[in-house]
Amino acid sequence: MLVTLLIDVVRSLVFLVGVLTGFAYVTLLERRLLARFQLRIGPDRVGPLGLLQPLADGIKLIFKENFMPAGADPIVYQTAPLISAVAALFVYAVIPLAPPIHLFGREIPLYVADVNVAILLVLGASSVGVYGIILGGWSSNNKYAILGGLRSSAQVISYELTLGLAVLGVVLVANSLRLTDIVRAQSHVWFIVQQPLAFVLFMIAAFAETNRAPFDLPESEQELIAGFQTEYGGFKFAMFYLAEYIGIITMGALVTTLFLGGWQGPWLPPIVWFLIKVFAVVCFFILVRATLPRLRYDQLMHLGWKVLIPLGIVNLAATAALIVWRGAP
Amino acid sequence: MVETVSERLRQAWKMVSGLGVIGQKMFRRPVTTRYPEEKTRVQERFKGRHFLTLFADGMERCVGCELCVIVCPSQSIYVKAAENDPLEPHSKGERYAEDFQINMLRCIFCGFCEEACPTGAIVLGHEYELSGYTRGELIYTKDRLQEKYPGESGRDPHREV
Repeated sequence: MLVTLLIDVVRSLVFLVGVLTGFAYVTLLERRLLARFQLRIGPDRVGPLGLLQPLADGIKLIFKENFMPAGADPIVYQTAPLISAVAALFVYAVIPLAPPIHLFGREIPLYVADVNVAILLVLGASSVGVYGIILGGWSSNNKYAILGGLRSSAQVISYELTLGLAVLGVVLVANSLRLTDIVRAQSHVWFIVQQPLAFVLFMIAAFAETNRAPFDLPESEQELIAGFQTEYGGFKFAMFYLAEYIGIITMGALVTTLFLGGWQGPWLPPIVWFLIKVFAVVCFFILVRATLPRLRYDQLMHLGWKVLIPLGIVNLAATAALIVWRGAP
Repeated sequence: MVETVSERLRQAWKMVSGLGVIGQKMFRRPVTTRYPEEKTRVQERFKGRHFLTLFADGMERCVGCELCVIVCPSQSIYVKAAENDPLEPHSKGERYAEDFQINMLRCIFCGFCEEACPTGAIVLGHEYELSGYTRGELIYTKDRLQEKYPGESGRDPHREV
């Protein structure tokens, strides 16, 4: 009993530490990759190949002044970044990395929890993350922060619908909400082949959910200074930054689990395949940031509501019709 | 909204193929110069640090005429001229520069002093790494500005001006 508890705690800690380290190095990866796409070298002086750069950035952020703008609501101001960060990290409780491994005579599952409504939990957690954005913008007592927060949250909730519709297509084909079942249902063919439209919709919605280019108007420096993050500095800013980049890794992990077959692949250990696929999706995120110009806010809303949601509904209807016609898979 | 579906699809395809264009850039060599290990080569007439040049026989070119002082737009040059001792002349004219100071912090590296000089004494060389920690050490005096041997500045010591 105690041993199972200990195993659970260790598993959670491994996930947490892994995700936080991954976040740190994704920031470095982004800077290096963006630089390479722009024909320059990224930061590579701080350690060998620049590998200590995230450490230097972290130390710098910790040493910054811990300020609060005049007139800001102290409790909400301090809590908003935490809400964002926790909601971003929470998703990792249900993502399966690999089939269970056998260690010391026990079967240890490589996820923190195998929830039977896992995918719903994921969508719910990203919805809770919106609170962090709104409260952060509002509690800053700054017009630009409020506007940025409202725009950003409107963007996120608009694209959550598309995300949900794309996921519904996958859920219909996999016949389960449990993420481990969805991965196993792709043992013959990945869902990207069976649900290509859902894949495209999910990718576009993933960019919008994480406030990434080309949907990064809320945080574009030229437009709104820094949007809802304007009045945040030092460690609190680092929390928002963390929430954004962990969202990128999360979307990568979700795309991998839902469409790219999760941990399945020939002759390499499953966890290595999972990591390779997540890495590829993250690199794709960075490539898109390097390439595409930003969408104007009304273009963004038009796309979300008038193009993607109808396409999502069409996809859902077509998938449901095919399943009824062909019989359950 | 008025475009057809095929037009929209064509636009979407252009965006996707753009990803390929940028992706290819990853495999090209970056154009960054790895300063300070590599330095960019400067052009021949680059206006860097000043030198007080010498004739080929070792005599100073500067005759203390103070034309550079007059022409300098930021008034960064100070010259104190003195009579040449006929038995031990420093320069080929009647006067020489006893004290010659350039305030590198005021200098704008325009090259007017080089253009104004009648003997070709003051020239702008290729050196641009001129940082210092105090204001005092950035006022270059004659011993720091003058060539150690004819031709150190890179200019031909046999030239006329």
